Amino acid sequence: MEQEKTFYTLIVFSENFAGLLNQVTAVFTRRQVNIESLNVSASSIKGVHKYTITCWSTEEQIQLITKQIEKRIDVLQAHYFTDDEIFIQEVALYKLSTPAVLENPAVSSAVRHHGAQIVEVNPTYTVVSKKGLTDDIMSLYYALNDYNCVLQYVRSGRIAITKSCTEYLDAFLEERRRIHEEQQKQK
Amino acid sequence: MAKERITGSEALMRSLEHEGVTTLFGYPGGAIMPVYDALYGYKDKLNHILVRHEQAAAHAAEGYARVSGKVGVCLVTSGPGATNTVTGIADAMMDSTPIVVIAGQVGTSMLGSDAFQECDLVGVTQPISKWAYQIRRPEDIAWAVSRAFYIAKSGRPGPVVLDFAKNAQVGMVDYEPCDIDFIRSYVPVPKTDPETVRQAAELINGAKRPFILVGQGVEIGGAQEELKQLIERADIPAGCTLLGLSALPSDHPLNMGMLGMHGSLANSVKTQECDVLIAVGMRFDDRITGKLNTYATQAKKIHFEIDPAEVNKNVPADVAVLGDCKQTLAEVLELVKPNCHKEWIESFQKYLDEETSVVIEPEVHPAEGPIKMGEVARKVTEMTGNKAVLVTDVGQNQMLSARYFKFSQKRSIVTSGGMGTMGFGLPAAIGATFGAPDRMVCLFVGDGGLQMTLQELGTIMEQHSPVKIILLNNNYLGNVRQWQEMFFGKRYSFTPMMNPDYNMIASAYGIPNRTVIDRADLERGIREMIDTDGPYLLQVAVIEEGRVLPMCCPGNDVDDMVLDY
Repeated sequence: MEQEKTFYTLIVFSENFAGLLNQVTAVFTRRQVNIESLNVSASSIKGVHKYTITCWSTEEQIQLITKQIEKRIDVLQAHYFTDDEIFIQEVALYKLSTPAVLENPAVSSAVRHHGAQIVEVNPTYTVVSKKGLTDDIMSLYYALNDYNCVLQYVRSGRIAITKSCTEYLDAFLEERRRIHEEQQKQK
Repeated sequence: MAKERITGSEALMRSLEHEGVTTLFGYPGGAIMPVYDALYGYKDKLNHILVRHEQAAAHAAEGYARVSGKVGVCLVTSGPGATNTVTGIADAMMDSTPIVVIAGQVGTSMLGSDAFQECDLVGVTQPISKWAYQIRRPEDIAWAVSRAFYIAKSGRPGPVVLDFAKNAQVGMVDYEPCDIDFIRSYVPVPKTDPETVRQAAELINGAKRPFILVGQGVEIGGAQEELKQLIERADIPAGCTLLGLSALPSDHPLNMGMLGMHGSLANSVKTQECDVLIAVGMRFDDRITGKLNTYATQAKKIHFEIDPAEVNKNVPADVAVLGDCKQTLAEVLELVKPNCHKEWIESFQKYLDEETSVVIEPEVHPAEGPIKMGEVARKVTEMTGNKAVLVTDVGQNQMLSARYFKFSQKRSIVTSGGMGTMGFGLPAAIGATFGAPDRMVCLFVGDGGLQMTLQELGTIMEQHSPVKIILLNNNYLGNVRQWQEMFFGKRYSFTPMMNPDYNMIASAYGIPNRTVIDRADLERGIREMIDTDGPYLLQVAVIEEGRVLPMCCPGNDVDDMVLDY
């Protein structure tokens, strides 16, 4: 029987070396887990990259995936979270036809109703931006799509920060620094 | 120390020397020529073994590493030279073998342009190596080499790939040796939680029917003595994985033999009867466990492991003791009380006896008929005083020599376990003769596997490497044939082998040789092989439809073993 799957968010920190993204995603491929979204960017610490990856998985499998990612030499840390353990944000851009927007007042009403922002208007198109959770973003998309005014649409990968009071990476780096110092002293 | 301005290739030589490298296996080619030119000046310091195919360089480096515990090094050119090492890299990854593969690469200005003999080696090897790195500037050489060796040999060892761009080989650099023994993101030995040590000791002390699984981790960690003390003090019977066979002397009264698909019947039965199962430095491969969801479900499991990613991967552990097993076993040992499990240990005997009469005796002491493979292995081990290094290829030759060879010294078995690489044996045996020059190296190989890397007879000829090749010739790809017999209705699809005259081949390479067909000549043949200085090829015509038994058929419960069919 197939085990129930949960939506997990992995947060991975790595050194900024070429080729690491490949190594991280290869772990998912081998385990036949699809990545739902992926965001990679520099973290607040210089030289450290942060990956936010989401996928459907069983707890057993996400544990193994996390450990196998962390096993890669230049990966600093990997942790997995469920939605209730993190603050989540995504952002989407909607490019709408300006004539269609002007023609149907319901369009701008939907934009306002969803708390989205208009970031550009010109005679041909209007760009709307919305941040939020997947469902809100999708709900605006469906609404706009019903009015036949969407020219382009894109949704970002999820970004997340933890609700926990401990900063795992800071603690890890501090511990590593201490161990290194001790090692140096012993020489 | 004053810096000196030298070429990148020279810097590589200095870096290898700095790492204590004395032996390397390789094959030159276009994109590595500057390095080979520098090597010409280091002939007296670095012993370069010219193999006949790059695959063999990787396997020889593995054989060298496995017997010596040092890092095996191979040096090859870009493109095909590099991709030819891929099997060896994957093999070393599966079997935790420390090797460093240095491959030439086209200059950085040509990278990505499909230049002659360009191949994205880092891309190819990343998933099958512990670390793969492209050296693009001469300034990075000392750092990259030091990092490569540190990664290869520390923690759970493994293969490292250095892809060495040509411009870095010829560029000038102010060389300064580099010593890396710390990488911020890499924790080679995880911290041991003292609570897990306490829990493990408590389980061991309370066990009525404990059983230990000895893996290669014991050899790698150099924990043979700690293991022995533990099993002796707590009186625990032990089974060894294929790669862990020489971690505990074969004649130790608590050593119950090999585990797994072709392991001992007693071990398989007792795995399902023990109350505490203690795994040390092993990873519950499917060839060990059989069907996972029925595997030792009755037992509490303790897993001593250095690689956190192995814990709970296949078999969930009740107590996982992370760390270096030399350390963790010693810590547990302090809390373990002397114990006696006489009755439990005696209960193994019934199955040992059954296996002896049904399987072992007919295999090693057949009264008549063609020579059997196990018979040869047992004779060779006896006549070498159980002191030789056993190198095997893959298949029946591997399983039967592993079953019937005996070990009295550590680091005495070199075999391709995880990958099951046919063609591994001959080059690995060459590497082993360099890694353990004072020991006799006996290679058991079949007629299939020998031909996969047969060209290495040339290396043996040139180096006069004292490999004792025992060719078990049954004119079949024996293991596949056995499976076809058992599971595919005897449809011998492409397993019969038409063989060349191996004596003529050996003679062509100047390797003394003999073929034994009759049982009466076997001992004399082995004697001659042992007494001959240098290499020797002993071809033994063995029973064509030989079988490896007992067998836990794939997907079956571990104790569901076929003794005969």
